[in-house]
Amino acid sequence: MITAALEEREHYLNASYGLKSWLLTKDHKRIALLYLGTITLFFALGGLFATMIRIELLTPQPDLVSSETYNKLFTMHGVIMVFLFLVPSIPATLGNFFLPIMIGAKDLAFPKLNLLSWYLLVAGGLCTLGAMFAGGVDTGWTFYTPYSSTYSNTYVIATALGIFIAGFSSILTGLNFIVTVHRMRAPGMTWFRLPLFVWSNYATSLIMVLGTPVLAVTILLVGCERLFHIGIFDPALGGDPVLFQHMFWFYSHPAVYIMVLPGMGVVSELVATFSRKRVFGYGFVAFSSVAIAVLGFLVWGHHLFVSGQSVYAGMVFSFLSYFVAVPSAIKVFNWTATLYKGSISYDTPMLYAFGFIGLFTMGGLTGLFLAALGIDVHVTDTYFVVAHFHYIMVGGTLMAYLGGMHYWWPKMTGRMYPEGWAKLSALVVFLGFNLTFFPQFVLGYLGMPRRYHVYPPEFQVLHVMSTAGASVLAVGYLMPLVYFLWSLRYGKLAPANPWGATGLEWQTSSPPPTHNFEEPPVVTHEAYDFAALLEEAQVG
Amino acid sequence: MGNRFPLFPVEASTVAPSVDHLLFYLLGVSIFFTVLIFSAIFYFAIKYRRRSETELPPEIHGSTKLEIAWSIIPFGLAMVMFAWGAKVYFEIERPPDDALDVYVVAKQWMWKLQHKEGQREINELHIPLGRAVKLTMTSLDVIHSFYVPDFRTKQDVLPGRYTTTWFKPTRVGKYHLFCAEYCGTKHSGMIGWVYVMEPQDYQAWLSGGAGGGSLAENGQKLFQELACDNCHHMDGHGRCPSLQGVYGSKVLLTNGQTVVADDAYVRESILQPNAKVVSGYQSIMPTFQGLVTEEGVLQLIEYIKSLKTQPGAAPAAAPARGGVQPPAGGAAAQR
Ligand code: HEC
Ligand SMILES: [Cu+2]
Ligand SMILES: [Cu+2]
Repeated sequence: MITAALEEREHYLNASYGLKSWLLTKDHKRIALLYLGTITLFFALGGLFATMIRIELLTPQPDLVSSETYNKLFTMHGVIMVFLFLVPSIPATLGNFFLPIMIGAKDLAFPKLNLLSWYLLVAGGLCTLGAMFAGGVDTGWTFYTPYSSTYSNTYVIATALGIFIAGFSSILTGLNFIVTVHRMRAPGMTWFRLPLFVWSNYATSLIMVLGTPVLAVTILLVGCERLFHIGIFDPALGGDPVLFQHMFWFYSHPAVYIMVLPGMGVVSELVATFSRKRVFGYGFVAFSSVAIAVLGFLVWGHHLFVSGQSVYAGMVFSFLSYFVAVPSAIKVFNWTATLYKGSISYDTPMLYAFGFIGLFTMGGLTGLFLAALGIDVHVTDTYFVVAHFHYIMVGGTLMAYLGGMHYWWPKMTGRMYPEGWAKLSALVVFLGFNLTFFPQFVLGYLGMPRRYHVYPPEFQVLHVMSTAGASVLAVGYLMPLVYFLWSLRYGKLAPANPWGATGLEWQTSSPPPTHNFEEPPVVTHEAYDFAALLEEAQVG
Repeated sequence: MGNRFPLFPVEASTVAPSVDHLLFYLLGVSIFFTVLIFSAIFYFAIKYRRRSETELPPEIHGSTKLEIAWSIIPFGLAMVMFAWGAKVYFEIERPPDDALDVYVVAKQWMWKLQHKEGQREINELHIPLGRAVKLTMTSLDVIHSFYVPDFRTKQDVLPGRYTTTWFKPTRVGKYHLFCAEYCGTKHSGMIGWVYVMEPQDYQAWLSGGAGGGSLAENGQKLFQELACDNCHHMDGHGRCPSLQGVYGSKVLLTNGQTVVADDAYVRESILQPNAKVVSGYQSIMPTFQGLVTEEGVLQLIEYIKSLKTQPGAAPAAAPARGGVQPPAGGAAAQR
């Protein structure tokens, strides 16, 4: 009977059928699903490369692949995971789907631009994958010159072109989000009633719009030097090799926040919903996102402490880097304080949120080690750095992404996932993650350099632990893939508001109609006002 | 060493304990906050677990006092990290004056090292215990990085300019030398060993199998082979400055700037003579780019260094006028 009801009711998924209705859609929800499919494929590919890397590192000698191939593997792993998965991940899927609904809008401000940005990601991705199939690239995802601009004889240009194109996808998404938040809020949805997920995506969009063009310029310059031998970075041509690092990190450090801020937004939603409380210090959490976005642009030089940059420049960048620690700490403390006297449930999304807070805390704290000049000299370019940014990117962003996927899955698909399996997956991911990456901190402090195909035998035990962890982690990632797909057909039907959450997205049906709301919503109270929600439930 | 499963690196230089002490401070702070956050989460999650589906927790909006507290306290602790880190950094970056000079030329995928006395080594460095060693390094191709984990020092090695690093070993032994900056196919093969020896063993090593003369002697030979001495006469007559006593002095340039004649300056004078022209002279010196190797340049530098000042003969050692330009490493990029 309920099934029949669902079949009858028109929503964005059954409003039209056929490939064309998807490939030419202007509905932000459908575009979000296009993104979801695309980046899941990228993630699988990046993950496959990671698996091969970890298997190779089981022993100190080369066994699975040659050095050439190994270098290509870690390069493609990094390029795909950073530019084609992490950067678009939360904003392009969950953000695309929910940012308009959460502010009570019918769609993003520029629906066609939104579709275009998906096509750009696909085009960029195809270009990069094309380079990979043609023979790959071996510069590392950081493309340091003059290796990338002069010495590498792999497909640097094609790969970089792919990143260049994908960059425009993120610029357009950022632009769209900014305009949408400014112009499309429902009546009564003031800035300080915005859910924190919207705030963090807004801050992210600022970075996308301001930072990504610098990456584009940098790529163009590398192209000029590589193709036309115009001396920019290669001293043999009269260039400056370190200039590239300044330009690259001017984008790529803020890009870290492109990747992690949306995750923080997700966690704010999860913590509020599953403790039924307004996020403690809402204003501080909201502004800390903006503060992170701004400060993130001032610290790029902390990647250059051993590059020969002046010691005084090093000091300034170290000093400024510690400023970013404060808004990050504020967030962690506020999430924890939100739990106080809450009504805490252990649904899967909340387990992922707990995981995020724990792992992000560890990732953030190890960032303090790297910002400390004296320690950075020793641990930069070692596995310590590798471990640190995986704690932030994988332990942070990916945990938040999975948490958000579980949280919003019922809304997106109209189906519930199997709770037991999902809880198990959260646990497996958490344990597998720590087993994979914690040993890498120890390896790094011992002095194991990153990007080493062969390594001294005394590091083997820790590498074996890491590889063992990676296999657990792989299982943890495969589980959601399977049960999410399973749930599309066999999952229980989802009610409009399965979690008792307050956001506008939970006031429309699951899945939402094409125009998001049957009637345009009017907002009368603050975000996370659970008392009002309960009252309404009792009245109506 | 010999340990099959080490968890902490050996401390083998004077800066190693400084770095490790800073590490322990950071570890202390980090463990404290990790435990704090984890236990708060566990405690709250259990104590305030949901007991009924309709329960409504009290509304708590926040507390500005708490916000200030948990901004200021971590910030204070972080500032200690900053200051302490900077102090250790200065220790790592500033070589003492009495350091032993060793020259390093990196290339895909090997380390070539030259001692002042003339010994050349590949992927190995022998140094005496208790004596500071300063490395002046350059690369022939891409960026590499000279990294000795047990010394806790690392420095990128750049093409087209010099970078320096130093260490004072405190423990006899054999230590890993790694290239830490990804440099292409055999990056992980660009490794070697640093041997720290008792001073007398080091002396023995130095006198054994040196051959080929000291760096300065080789430099002098090169100076003649390349016909530098056709122009640069020791007494400074003719259209070229004498190189006697130039090294380390302040040089006034035609553009009015003053620079200290350090390694980078001499290197540039040889490879890009037009970049900085000594005041009172024409830029007639030809470039030796392509005619002399980076090792050769280092030998020439050692030779010019060895030309001690003779009273009155110091060329163009005019008192500094205008801003004194730091001996920047970025010289190669200037035109
Ligand atoms: C054709 C004559 C000529 C030859 C050959 C020549 N130089 Fe010079 N060199 C000059 C002149 C003239 C100057 C001063 C103008 C300038 O700075 O370019 C100079 C300047 C220098 C300086 C800077 C001196 C200072 O007072 O600051 C150094 C160092 C130097 N030369 C080294 C060399 C070396 C080493 C060689 C051989 C590889 C060499 N020169 C060959 C003409 C010559
Ligand atoms: Cu950074
Ligand atoms: Cu290398």
